[in-house]
Formats: sequence, C-alpha cells, structure tokens
Amino acid sequence: MSEQRKFMPNARLDDLLAQLTRAGFQLIGPQLQEGAIVYRPMTSVAELPLGVRDSQAPGRYRAARGEEGGRWFAWANGPQALKPLTFAPREPMWRAVAAEGRLHFAAVLPEMPPTAVIGVRACDLAALAIQDRHFADEPAYQARRRQLLLVAVNCSHPAATCFCASTGDGPAASSGYDLLLDELDEGFVVAAGSEAGAGILALLNLTDADPTQLEEAAALLGRAAAVQQRTLPAGDLAATLFARLDHLRWDEVAQRCLACANCTQVCPTCFCHSHQEVPALDGSHSEHYREWDSCFSEGHSYIHGFKVRPDIRTRYRQWLTHKLGGWQRQFGRSGCVGCGRCITWCPAGIDITEEARAICAGEP
Amino acid sequence: MEAFPLESNPALPHEAEIIERIEETPTIFTLRLRFTDPALHQRYSFMPGQFNMLYLPGVGEIPISIVSDPEDEHLYDHTIRMVGRVTRPFAQLKAGDHIGVRGPFGRGWPVAQALGQDVVIATGGLGCAPVVAMINYVLRRREQFGRLTIIQGVRHSADLIWRERYEAWSQLPNTQVLLAAGQAGPDWRWHTGHITACLEDATITPESVVMMCGPEPMMVAVAKDMLLRGVSEERLWLSMERNMQCGFGKCGHCQVGPRFVCKDGPVFSYHEVKDLLGKAGF
Ligand code: SF4
Ligand code: SF4
Ligand code: FES
Repeated sequence: MSEQRKFMPNARLDDLLAQLTRAGFQLIGPQLQEGAIVYRPMTSVAELPLGVRDSQAPGRYRAARGEEGGRWFAWANGPQALKPLTFAPREPMWRAVAAEGRLHFAAVLPEMPPTAVIGVRACDLAALAIQDRHFADEPAYQARRRQLLLVAVNCSHPAATCFCASTGDGPAASSGYDLLLDELDEGFVVAAGSEAGAGILALLNLTDADPTQLEEAAALLGRAAAVQQRTLPAGDLAATLFARLDHLRWDEVAQRCLACANCTQVCPTCFCHSHQEVPALDGSHSEHYREWDSCFSEGHSYIHGFKVRPDIRTRYRQWLTHKLGGWQRQFGRSGCVGCGRCITWCPAGIDITEEARAICAGEP
Repeated sequence: MEAFPLESNPALPHEAEIIERIEETPTIFTLRLRFTDPALHQRYSFMPGQFNMLYLPGVGEIPISIVSDPEDEHLYDHTIRMVGRVTRPFAQLKAGDHIGVRGPFGRGWPVAQALGQDVVIATGGLGCAPVVAMINYVLRRREQFGRLTIIQGVRHSADLIWRERYEAWSQLPNTQVLLAAGQAGPDWRWHTGHITACLEDATITPESVVMMCGPEPMMVAVAKDMLLRGVSEERLWLSMERNMQCGFGKCGHCQVGPRFVCKDGPVFSYHEVKDLLGKAGF
C-alpha cells in the first residue's frame, strides 16, 4: 500500500471513528483509567486521552491530564494494549460432557465482534506479528485475530523506558496496520496499510498531505528515535547469553527479583500459558481452560515432584535467555520489541537492558 | 512413514474406550485404547517415541508415550506410572471406561536412520516407555536391523519391570542384554552398580545408532561412553521429559533453551541438545 498519504484535520478524528462504527466495528481505544492508559471499548473521541502525558521510569508509572488542549496520543504505551485482545488472559478451550458413560468434546471458540483498535503502537504491531506466528495453528487466537482492524499511531513521545529504536521495532510502524496516523498540531497524516484500511480512508474523502506536513511527521519520528536512551547490547545475544549461564550477575539479579511475573504479564510477546480443568459441581461436564502462565511461577517447570527451575536465579535466567536468546532460533528474531513495559512495571525496577548489558560484559 | 495428526484442532481430545487395563506392577499399568470413532481410529498413525495426551474429566491431561507397535492398528497401548495427583485417577480406570485422547505429538525415534544398523538401547530409572516402544519395534522387524544391545540400569533390582521379557530377549540371536542394579536382590544374575558398570561388557560398533531414555545425568554418562567408542553425536539419540501441557509447542512449559520438547522432541540427537543437557535450570 504505497498510496498517497492524506491529511485529516483534528476535527475529523470523530469522522474516522464514525466510519469505523458504521462499517460494523466495535471500537477499542486508549483511555485514562485509574491513573493508567488502558485500552477499553469506546464510542467517541471524548473518551480518548486528550492532553494526557505520562512519565515512566524503572518501577514507576504516572499518567495524568496535562495542560488544556494538547494531543491525543502524546504518551507512550501503558501496561497493555493488543495482547489480551488476541491471546486472552484466561479462556475456555473446550468442554467435555460426560453422559451415560460416554464422553463428548466440543471446542469453545470465542465470539468477538469485528473490532477496530485505535492508537496501536509500533512495538505492539511487532509483538503481534510474532504472536501471529506462534499461534498460527491455534483456533481461538485466530478467531479473535481475524476480527481486528488496527489503527496505528506513530510514536512521538516515547517514555524513558522505551528502546524500540534499538530493537528496530519502532518508533515508526512499518507494517501490520490497516491505518497509520502521525499526529501533528492541526491534525493527522493518514496512510492505509491494507485493503480494509484503504476502504475506510477513501470514505473520509481527505486531501493529500502536503510536503510540510510530511516533513513535520518525519521530524517527529526522528526525534522520537533520537531521545531514546536505552539500548540492548549489539551482536549475537543468543550465543553470548547461552555462553554465560554461570555469570555471577544471575545470582545478583536474583537478590532483587521478586519473581512476581509482572514482566511476563506485561510483555507483549510472552506466550506461556497453563491448562486448567474446571469440573462442574455436579460432575456432568468439565471446562478445559487456558490461562497466562509465566516462567517465574512455581509450577512452570514442575515435573513429577521436581522443579527444573527451583529458584529465582534459574527463573530470571530462563526469562532473559529465552526472550533475548532462544527466541532467535524459534522465531528468527529476538523476543523483545523494546516496549520497555517490563522495566516500568517491575516493582523492583529491574531493567532488562541493564541486566543484558551486565551479563554480556566481562568474562563468561 | 509420517505420523498423521488427528484433526485440525490439536488441542481438542477425542473419545477413546479402554479395551483392557493391564497391571504391570502395583504402580505401573498399561491402558489399551481404541478411538470410538472408527474412521478416526483407522486414520490415526504414529511412530515409536511419540506421545499422546490422555484426558480424564475433572482431572486433566497427561502426556504418555505410545508403547504399542505402529502396525497394530487395532489398539494403542499406553504404559503409565503412578507418580502423583493426576496419574492416580487414571489407575482407577477399567475396561469399558472412556477417556479423551489427542495426538500423536512430537518427533519419535530415528527409525529410518537405524534401519540396517546396529541398535543400542540404553535406559535408566523406572520403566521407560519410550524405549520399550522402540525395542518392540526392532524385535518385530528383527531382520531389518543389525545387532541389538539393550542396556538398562535400575536403582534396585526389584524396580525392573518386565524382567521375564529381558530374560527372553537375552536368549535371542544377535541380541545382547546388559542390566545393572544399584542394589541387587538375592536372585539377581546381572551387574551390580551404576549403568556404566555394564557398558564395559557391551560390544558397540561406531556405526551403531544409540537410543537413550531416563535421568539426564545417566544419559550424559552413556553418551560420553559411546562417543569414546567412536559413535558420532548424530547417531546418539535421547528422549527428554519436561512439564507438558499443550503438546504442540504453544504453552511454553517444555522449553529447553530454544527447543520445545513436545514438538522438536521428545527425541533429540545428542548433537542438538548437548549444550544444555544436564545443565540445572533447563
Ligand atoms: S522484554 Fe520487556 S521491553 Fe522487551 S518486549 Fe517484553 S516487556 Fe517489552
Ligand atoms: S518462558 Fe518465560 S520469557 Fe519465555 S515466553 Fe514463557 S513466560 Fe515469557
Ligand atoms: S508442551 Fe506446551 S509447548 Fe511443549
């Protein structure tokens, strides 16, 4: 889709939402709720976090309404965006019904209406592309995924914890969106990334963006990349990390890590989940659920009365070596898209970039 | 022969009937199963070393290796050791009961590589179903394989199940059986000590294909011995065990470094996994 990029004045954002609604999509978008930007069902522009600014640091998150006016998307990602929409935190997979000594199985597929997500960021699109591959043969995931239409926004205000420029996944969204917005003072530069997106865009009947507007959008993106301070160490992290499994830093970080699993819960690429059997009280049927799990949990590596990873040291090492190392072989890329969530939402303020650097440095 | 996955939704079990329950020892039993849907039963095929997820309502699922022969189309055997909360209710099952089954999952033993070759099968610990499937496979097609060496180490001689089978196998031509028990009872005519004690008596050619199953330190010890005898890393194979919940590379529990035991294994070549094999935490 390399069609002409359009300009949408601020006043027309409402029209975009209206067109999506008219096309049969429920809207999910960013909203300020209980001090954090979360993605929730919405119906009008008024619910978007206009003028909200955030501030993030290791173990610290604040989001609040700033000055009057301001922009709609002048903040970096909150705790969660796309992952719960496609890979539900907990859902039934199938049901087993017992009757007259026989067993009947039926798959339970989620019923999700066509859903347009407003304000998706580049890091989450990159993470979604990974999860699309992981769950390619998974009916429930695909049933949800098919319903999504993604309206992305290029990041103009990364948080201090963001490092998508270093992983190559942002701040500009390069693929995976249906529509892409660049927010300027007076409005948005809009581009389509799919047939569906192009269809909506055509309905809006916008004028072409002018060269000044395109330059301004490019400059914002350039700045958003340049202000990022954190980076992952360069080179073949899989080889380096797996060569340093006895590094003393693992012991050191284990002293600080609480094994709370916040990092894996907020990480947009983590896919671990556990199965759970939930029998009906009268024994007539059972529901088989799956629920997000984490390599930090007690039971994750449990087998026959034995835990492969009995301590925080081996669990933190699993998280980091999988995320930055093992993923390379499984998916042909790192499992980290640089969203910085695990840094912000870690109660101990552990910084994945700092740990990776410490482990890669010095003697194996 | 390619294994045939059951249906398009690999997470969904299918009803199977227990045709027979065989008590192997007080804690080990075999369930012979048949899918109740005849078409499905026909279509189903597997290779030795692959596993199924067996499901009991209200209890959950367990990964169990298929021990019967791929050509025994009438029944699928699963030998189960009672080890905890989930396996115990399976022990209560009897002929005529119904359970759920999905599979087969994973990569089995390197049958094609082993054809025409000497085969060494080494196991440690309690009844190791994945290799039993392979022993049966070789014995059933005896002329297609070279010399067969069966090596097994157990902690106590009383732990050895199917002892009469080992006795019978040891009488077969071109077949060597070597057993070692850490502690031996009165009627033990085999080695006493670690599994490596009986390796000394083994005649192993560098062209052998070696298949192992059991505790990882034991497999590492046997692999090192075989490497010294000139068997290459690509001819050493081992079946691994990890927490498995999905069986097809989704849930993440079975990962060993970059590998999914359920999907990339459970049978791996030594070459593939040697870096992390026996490394605490993986
Ligand atoms: S590892 Fe951390 S920074 Fe990387 S994608 Fe996951 S949550 Fe984001
Ligand atoms: S093993 Fe840990 S880091 Fe890897 S996907 Fe699972 S929870 Fe995430
Ligand atoms: S058992 Fe779920 S990924 Fe291997």
